[in-house]
Amino acid sequence: MPVDPAVLEGRALTKVYRMGDVDVHALRGVDLSLYAGELIVLLGASGSGKSTLLNILGGLDIPTTGTVVYRDHDLTSATARELTRYRREHVGFVFQFYNLIPSLTARENVALVTEIADDPLSPEEALGLVGLGERMDHFPAQLSGGEQQRIAIARAVAKRPDLLLCDEPTGALDYQTGIVVLEVIEAVNRELGTTTAVITHNAPVAAMADRVVTLHDGRLTGEVRNERRVAAKELRW
Amino acid sequence: MVRALDRKLFRDLWRLKGQMLTIALVVAAGIAAFVTLRGTYTSIQEARATYYERQRFADVFARVERAPRSLLSRVERIPGVSRADGRVVEPAMVPLADVSEPLRAQISSAGPEELQVLSRLHLRDGRWLEPGRSDEVLVLESFATARKLRPGDRLPLVLNGKKRDVRVAGVAMSPEYVFAIAAGDISPDPERFAVMWMSEEALSATFRMEGAFNMVSVQLQPGASEPAVIDALDRLLEPYGGTGAYGIGWQPSNRAIDGELAQLQSFSTVLPVIFLLVASLLVNVVLSRLVHLQRPEIATLKALGYSDLEVGLHFFQLVIVILMLGAGVGVAVGGYFGDVMVDLYAVYFKFPNLEFRFDGASASAAVVVSVLAALVGAFSAVSSVVRLPPAEAMRPPAPARYRRSIVDLLGLGRAVGPSLHMIVRELQRRPLRTVFSSLAIAVSIGLMVIGGWYYDSIRDLVHTQFHEVMREDVAVAFIEARPARALSDLGHAPGVLAAEGIRVVPVRFRSGHAHRDGAIFGYPERGQLRQLRDRYARLAPLPPDGVVLTEVLAQILGVRPGDSIEVEIHEGQRGKRRLIVAGTVDDAMGLQGHMTAEALASFMNETPKVNLALLRIDPASSETLDARLKDMPYVASVTRRADLLARFESQSANMITTMAAIILLFAATITVGVVYNNARVALSIRARDLASLRVLGFTRGEISAILLGEMGLQVLFALPLGLVFGRWLVVGIASTVDPEQWRMPIVITDRSYAIALSVALIASVLSALLVRRRLDKLDLIGVLKTRE
Ligand SMILES: Nc1ncnc2c1ncn2[C@@H]1O[C@H](COP(=O)(O)OP(=O)(O)OP(=O)(O)O)[C@@H](O)[C@H]1O
Ligand SMILES: [Mg+2]
Repeated sequence: MPVDPAVLEGRALTKVYRMGDVDVHALRGVDLSLYAGELIVLLGASGSGKSTLLNILGGLDIPTTGTVVYRDHDLTSATARELTRYRREHVGFVFQFYNLIPSLTARENVALVTEIADDPLSPEEALGLVGLGERMDHFPAQLSGGEQQRIAIARAVAKRPDLLLCDEPTGALDYQTGIVVLEVIEAVNRELGTTTAVITHNAPVAAMADRVVTLHDGRLTGEVRNERRVAAKELRW
Repeated sequence: MVRALDRKLFRDLWRLKGQMLTIALVVAAGIAAFVTLRGTYTSIQEARATYYERQRFADVFARVERAPRSLLSRVERIPGVSRADGRVVEPAMVPLADVSEPLRAQISSAGPEELQVLSRLHLRDGRWLEPGRSDEVLVLESFATARKLRPGDRLPLVLNGKKRDVRVAGVAMSPEYVFAIAAGDISPDPERFAVMWMSEEALSATFRMEGAFNMVSVQLQPGASEPAVIDALDRLLEPYGGTGAYGIGWQPSNRAIDGELAQLQSFSTVLPVIFLLVASLLVNVVLSRLVHLQRPEIATLKALGYSDLEVGLHFFQLVIVILMLGAGVGVAVGGYFGDVMVDLYAVYFKFPNLEFRFDGASASAAVVVSVLAALVGAFSAVSSVVRLPPAEAMRPPAPARYRRSIVDLLGLGRAVGPSLHMIVRELQRRPLRTVFSSLAIAVSIGLMVIGGWYYDSIRDLVHTQFHEVMREDVAVAFIEARPARALSDLGHAPGVLAAEGIRVVPVRFRSGHAHRDGAIFGYPERGQLRQLRDRYARLAPLPPDGVVLTEVLAQILGVRPGDSIEVEIHEGQRGKRRLIVAGTVDDAMGLQGHMTAEALASFMNETPKVNLALLRIDPASSETLDARLKDMPYVASVTRRADLLARFESQSANMITTMAAIILLFAATITVGVVYNNARVALSIRARDLASLRVLGFTRGEISAILLGEMGLQVLFALPLGLVFGRWLVVGIASTVDPEQWRMPIVITDRSYAIALSVALIASVLSALLVRRRLDKLDLIGVLKTRE
C-alpha cells in the first residue's frame, strides 16, 4: 500500500549500553522505516529493545552506530540543539507513565507544547479531541490514569506532529480504559493523518495496525502487514 | 498571558514556600548585614570627608612650649606645607555650682571668624567671639547640649588658676573634636569635658602668650609626604619645646574614628561573605534535591522539545525569584538597621550631618554578588540533570548504591539494628551533602559566637578596667606633679580611707626610627589601688629597675627585654634619656611604660613625685570631700570611678548590645534556614522509603527516629565544629581592631557558647517537629503511587 517515501528511516541501528565491564546490546542492527500516515505497532518481550528503538527514532537518544534520517535530515549527526528542534517541531510523545507535570492543570500541560509549536491546535481543541473538554482545569492528581493518558495524548498531538510515538500507552491502564486510549490514538492517526508508532506488550493490539514489527533481543524478527485494520473498540484481550 | 512554564514556576515556589522563604531569609540576612554595616561605614566615612574638607581640617599637628607667631611663616616654607596655623591651647576648669567636682576643660584661642585658617569651627548657634573680650567663649556643641547651655548663659571658668565668669557667645562644632575625649579617658564624656574657644588676644593675655602659640597645625600640599613634613617640623620646633609632630592618623578624635571604621569594615566584609556562602550552599542542597525530584518532569519537557537552556533557565528563575525576594527584604531591613546604627554612632561622633546614607552602589553589588553566589550553587545542581540525554532522564534513577558502612566494618552490624544502619548508610552515601549541611550549620553557629564575643569582650574589658585595674573610688589629677608628701594632705582629708599616688610622665618612646608617644607610669611600692595588670586582669610583676613596656609598643620599637630605648620626656625640663626594657606586658589599651615609683624618680632625677592621687573614700562623707577638693588650687580634675562606669554603661552598652543583637539575629536566621531546609530535603529524599517502611508495619515513632536521627547526627557533628569555627573567626576579627589603641581580649563566655548552641538546637528541634508533623501525615498511598 504505501508508495510514499519513508518519513523516517532507521538503518543498521545498534545501541550498546556500557555498564562497567559489561556491554548491554539493546539493539543489534535494526532497519525500520515509518511511512506517511501509517500506524505501526512494535511488539516484543520486556528488554527486547522497543523503548530504545523508539527513543532513537524520536530523537531522545542517539544510536551507537547506524543512521536515522527524517525526511532529508540526518539525525545521527545532529547536534543536541537540532535534536531539540526536531522533537519540538515534528514529534509527539506518549509515555507509559503519562509524564504530566503535576503542578500544571490539564490545559496548562497542553499549553506547554502549544506555546512553543508553530501552528498548534488550541489546548481546548486538543483536549476536545481526546474527549476531556470538561476536565481542562483539573490537576493530574485529580484525574484517573486513563484520563491522564488522554491528556498526555492531547499534549502530544496539539502541535500537529508529523510523528506520534507512544511507548506502552496502555501499560498502566485496565482493559476498558486502555481501549479508550487506543481509540483516541486511532482517531488522531486517521483524522490528522499523523504517522504513528505504538509500543505494546499486548499482542492483540497489533490488529489495529497497518503494519506490525516484532523485536527480539535487539533484532527485528518479524514484520507483518495487516490486510485490514481492526477498530480499537473491537479489540479483545 | 502567563506561560505554562511560568505557572509551573510559581506553583513550585508556592509548594516549597517554607524552604524558599527560609532561603530568601538567609539571603536577606546576608544583604541586610552588608547594607547595614557597609552603609554605616560609608556614611561615617563620607560625613567625615566632607566635614574635614569643608572645615579645612589640618593634616599634621604639633605641640610646643611656646613659639613666636613669626615662626609660622617658616613653618609654611617647609616643602610640602601649604598652610600653617598657630593657636594657644590650654587646660582649664569649669567649677559649676551644682556639680561637685570641677569639670575638665580645654580652651583654645580663636581669631576672627572669617580669618580662621585651619580646622575651622562650625558655628551652630549664637554668634562669634568679639575680638579682645575675655569674658565670652564659644563652647563645643556636645558639651552645650549635655549641660543645656545656650548663648547668653554664664558659667564660671578657672584659667591659669584664676576664676572668672564668662558668657556663652555661641555654640560650635569642630572637626578636631568629632570624638571629644579628654586625655586619659577611654570614652567621651560630654558632660564632664568642656571644650571652648576664647578670643585670641584675651586668651594669650591670660596665659602670657602674647604673640606666641603652643599648638601648630599644618595643611599639606596634595601629594606631599607626611613623614618628611613631620621631620622638618620636628627639627624646626625642637628649640621651642616641640614634643613631636604627628599626622592626622594620630589626632585623637580622628584616630578613634579610624578605629571604628576599621572594625566596621572588617565586619562588613566577613559577615556578608559568610552569609552568602551559606546561602549558596543552601541553594545547592535544596535545588539539587528539587531537580532530582523533577527528573521525570525535566525529561518530559525535553522530550516535548524544550531546549536545555529553557529548562535550565526555568530552574534559575526559581533561584532568582527567591533571591529578589531576599534582596528586597535584605535591603529594606538593612536600611532600617543602618539608620539605627548611625543614630547610635551619632552619640559618639559629632558631625554636623551624620545620617545613614543608603549606599546604592554597594547594595547593588551585594545583590549581584549574592545572585552570582546562588547561581553558582544552583549551577552544579541544575547542569548535571539538564545535560542528561532526555531518554536517560526518562528512566527513574537506578536504585541508589549503598555500601556497607563503618558500622559494619567495626563489626557492630548486628548490634545496632536496621534503623541505625539506614541512618549511617544514608549519611555515608551522600557524604558531600552531609558535609555541606553540617558545615552550613557550623558556620551559622560560628556567626552567633562572633555576636556573643563582641558583647563578651567589651564587657570583659570594662570589668578589667573598672574593677581590676582601677580600684580607687576617686582619682584626683594634679595640675603639676607634686612631691609625694602632698598625698598626706589628701590622706587626712575627711572621709578618705586610703590615698596612693601615681606618677605619670608623658614621653616619646624611641628606638632607631620607630617612635610613639605615650606615658610612663610609676607605681608606689605595695600600692593596692592600681597595679600593673594584663588584658586578662592578671597581675604582672614590676622589676625594681627598668621599664615594662606594652607588648605592642615593644614590637613597634623592635626591642626586647634587655635592650635599651630612648625616652624623650615631654614635661618639666624635658630632655632625652636612655632606659632599659625590663619586660613587656600585654595590657589592654594604649602604649605605656610601667615602672616602680622609685625607679621612675631616679630615672627622672627627682625626689619622688605624684600627679595622680587615688583615693578610697567613705561614701558617707563624699560631699565634704568634694568641697575640700574644690578648694585645693592644685587639683586639675576629679574623676569618680563609679561615674566613669555609669557613663560607659549608658553610652556604650546600647551600642554593643545593638551590634551584638543584630549579628545574633542574622546568625539565628541562617541557622533556622539551614536546619529547616536540611530537614525538608532529608524528608523528601526519604519519604518513599519511610512510607514503604510504614506499610511494612513500622510505627510513626520508628520512622521518625530514622529521619530525625539522620538530622541529629548532622547537627551533632556541626556543634563542636561551629564553636571552633566561631573562635577562629573571632581571632580574625579581633586582629582588625587597631592594636595600638585596644587589645580586645579573646573572651567568649560559656553563656555565648550556650546561646549559639541553644539557637542551633532550638532551630533543630523546631525543624524536627515540623518534619515529624509531616511524617505523621505522610500519605502512604500518595507517596507510593508517585513514580520515582
Ligand atoms: N540506560 C541503560 N543502561 C543500561 N542498559 C539499558 C539502559 N536502557 C536500557 N537498557 C537495556 O537495554 C535493553 C533494552 O531495553 P529497552 O528499555 O529498550 O527494553 P524494552 O523492550 O522497552 O522493555 P520493556 O518492555 O520492559 O519496556 C535491556 O536489556 C535494558 O536492560
Ligand atoms: Mg520499554
